Amino acid sequence: MPAPKTRSREQAYRHDLRGYLTGFFLAALLTITPFALVASGTFSTSATLWVIGVLGLVQIVVHVRYFLHVDLSRQRREELYLMLFSAALVTLMIAGMLWMLFNQHARMM
Amino acid sequence: MNIVVRPHGLTWVAGHDHDHDRVATTLSGFWLFMMSDLIIFGLMFATYVTMLTPESFAGGPTPKELFELPGAAMETAALLTSTFTFGMASLAIKYDRRLSKVMLWLLVTLALGVVFLALEAREFTYMLAEGAVPQRSGFLSAFFGLVPLHGAHVTAGVIWLVMMLIQLNRTGLTGPASSRIARLALFWHFLDLIWVGIFSVVYLGGIA
Repeated sequence: MPAPKTRSREQAYRHDLRGYLTGFFLAALLTITPFALVASGTFSTSATLWVIGVLGLVQIVVHVRYFLHVDLSRQRREELYLMLFSAALVTLMIAGMLWMLFNQHARMM
Repeated sequence: MNIVVRPHGLTWVAGHDHDHDRVATTLSGFWLFMMSDLIIFGLMFATYVTMLTPESFAGGPTPKELFELPGAAMETAALLTSTFTFGMASLAIKYDRRLSKVMLWLLVTLALGVVFLALEAREFTYMLAEGAVPQRSGFLSAFFGLVPLHGAHVTAGVIWLVMMLIQLNRTGLTGPASSRIARLALFWHFLDLIWVGIFSVVYLGGIA
């Protein structure tokens, strides 16, 4: 992640450090929240599962953005496309497999 | 003006700086490996979720009976912190350039990785002693296919870290060493990303 030329080295360092700190803070928040929810058992099981799923997906985006440094910038376009394509493949395979097998399961019962 | 055209990731671009270009190419190659690995993990996750029906428990232990929140929380904390400390090592390589600082952050990362593996080994030993072995049920087969696969990746990462520490100690922060650590950083952050899926689907999903 090369820093823009207008920034001094010190500023670039601070900028990068802030990125890691933000990522760590957000990731910790997105981890502690679902753990606390499950520990307290405030919501119903299905509501808790939805919250876990959504927060998990948000945390994955946070990790990609702040730790793997893949964002919407032009320099990162190749990695972004590769990642989105792989995510599309994984989604198709997981969703297709679950749909098919749970459908079979329902018919067998 | 001599412009060399060489493969850079998925497209062809003109390369000016040979070394820089080679680092970019090897990083792109490593991305391809990681995305292939992601698909393997994706299928292991899908298999695991299909094995969460009462029939797949086969009268054996259920996720609720097997998994404990504090253990999963400690493993998560160790791995999440280690991804941050690796980030600090990457920053030290990029800006500070002091070998002692780089090696210190890598050592902290290594220690956290070993803590994670120890916690996981303790958990598996406990499960096996309880009779929750892979051949007990479809659910347990899928569990022992998915979670130890991630553990094996972390083990590989730990061995790689040890090798890099030895190399840094011998040769210092050379170009090849920095390039290898850049790939190891990607690998390490990627493993933490997979762990987000594991603690969400397997542990939190199982206990909720």
